[in-house]
Amino acid sequence: MKSNTLEFTTRDDAIREECKRRALTPGGIAKRKQKNRDRFLLYGSLTMYVIFSAVPFYWMFLFAVRPSGSTSLVPWPMTLEHFRTVWFGIGFGVFFKNSVFVATLSLVLTTGVALLGGYALARYQFRWKAPFLVAMICTQFVPGSMMLIPLFETFRSLGLINSLTSLIIVNTVFGLPLSIILMYGFIRNIAVELEEAAWVDGCSRLQAFRIIMLPLLRPGIVGVGAFAFIDSWNNFLFALMFLNVQDQFTVPVGLSYMLGDFSVDFGGLAAGGVIAAVPVVLVFAYVQKFLVQGLSAGAVKG
Amino acid sequence: MTILLNKDGLRSRVRESDLVKTVRKRGVPYLLLSPTAILMLVFLVYPLGSIFYFSLQNYNVSKPWDNGYVGLGNFITMMHDALFWSSLRVTANWVVAEVSLQLTFGLIMALIVNEAFKGRGLARAVLFSPWAVSGVLTTTIWLLIYNPAVGVNKYLADMGIGQYGASPLAGADSAFWAAVLAELWRGVPFFTILILADLQSASGELYEAAQVDGAGRLRRFWNITLPHLKNSIILATLLRVVWEFNNVDLLYTLTGGGPANATTTLPLYVARTAITSKDFGYGASLTVAAFIILSIITILYLRLTKFGKGL
Repeated sequence: MKSNTLEFTTRDDAIREECKRRALTPGGIAKRKQKNRDRFLLYGSLTMYVIFSAVPFYWMFLFAVRPSGSTSLVPWPMTLEHFRTVWFGIGFGVFFKNSVFVATLSLVLTTGVALLGGYALARYQFRWKAPFLVAMICTQFVPGSMMLIPLFETFRSLGLINSLTSLIIVNTVFGLPLSIILMYGFIRNIAVELEEAAWVDGCSRLQAFRIIMLPLLRPGIVGVGAFAFIDSWNNFLFALMFLNVQDQFTVPVGLSYMLGDFSVDFGGLAAGGVIAAVPVVLVFAYVQKFLVQGLSAGAVKG
Repeated sequence: MTILLNKDGLRSRVRESDLVKTVRKRGVPYLLLSPTAILMLVFLVYPLGSIFYFSLQNYNVSKPWDNGYVGLGNFITMMHDALFWSSLRVTANWVVAEVSLQLTFGLIMALIVNEAFKGRGLARAVLFSPWAVSGVLTTTIWLLIYNPAVGVNKYLADMGIGQYGASPLAGADSAFWAAVLAELWRGVPFFTILILADLQSASGELYEAAQVDGAGRLRRFWNITLPHLKNSIILATLLRVVWEFNNVDLLYTLTGGGPANATTTLPLYVARTAITSKDFGYGASLTVAAFIILSIITILYLRLTKFGKGL
């Protein structure tokens, strides 16, 4: 698709000429007015949408930090009373610990297994490669809500109901297919020659992987890990189905029980919401730049 | 492939029988993939298959004396179940409303934040952030907004707009659209992110050429941008249809399917049958129905859009 230099310069020149011609004619002024109107439209709709995205977060924050009974629309004077109630009184401290435990182990397991699988798919030729990839894509059409009943049965027969292990397994199973496909893309984008050079220098495959590939794969590993973390942090339906004992609850389950007797304490509910939001929003803020670039780099395109 | 020239050449001093060598060479990728394969088989493929078995059983955890094989009994019950049919209608409305609105706004926003302007990084970060939020958290936020006593309604009534004590979640229609709005807030970034990623791989040359040829903004969008985005839009839409079809978290917590089941989608019905009434047999039959419907939609959609041709 590369055009030669000659073509390039002529086209650039043509554009420049065109710009000059238009700017000098009366039509050029109309064009500029049109451009200003475009800018206005662009900024206007952008601003409106940014407000729509941000205000709900602000609304929750407001409820979480203003004293009970206040109707002020600015978060001042501030109080941490609701956070204290929720963290110690309702047990969000425990829920938070459970969620961190589940999300961290899911992250490690998903990323590790995806790394192995992605490497196999990217660096070896074998008969079941294409069918395996197709199967991974097909799993994306098997939705979580349909797995509620059969997975409950499976975990019951394994004796894992009311255990956080069941959640870690579920998160890993549902996160793996996309993680493997992404990891496959990332590894394939790194030249094999780099590894081969290490082999020639006497490294084993494992050493070459550790010394050459791991540093290069860091952005990919961070991205896949972040997805896994956010997904497992947000998992609700399976947590609700599998966990019935309060000291095993994760944050979303705790939050949903608060929603049940919602009329009681808005400040506490909002504080619970803020606690649920902070980790994912932080992780997301860290990786969001990478998100667009990573997808754009062709990671998702066959 | 270059892989064939790998370190086996260097290792040839170690004597190995041909058989062991072949197994070593051929077996490695399978060994690396085995954790994935085992997890998938035990926790996805096997449970999925067992749904079909359960759907033919009378199986209620809270009424064990009635359990046993019933053949197509559950499916016959389903055909006469008014809630099943109404949930299908609600599901269709829900999916169409959500996906079309999310696609429209997501596309517009992607085109806007693809332009160069000051503060673009920050604008993107804010626009994307609802994507990371869970269904339960979305419910928490929007319940605080919709609440008649302390929500937006109170402030509007203070200014003389509307009346005190009104909640959008009270009426059947308004509850549906209130849920749509909350999910829209969370869902638009998905399309924005995917479309933006694809926009960045569009070649600038085409646009320059079109500009020289005098094509206007709208023409350029229609003739260059849209064809370029076609495959990613098709894929994103399909993934989203499946996703919104199965979106239970938000509806389960925000409306619980009410009022009067006006927001009960089929998967929500499944979840309630499984979690609340513990009727696993009937729940499995509903799941089978959902599975079949979803498969038909997916196949039809891929056929109609000719996805994958020319990739």
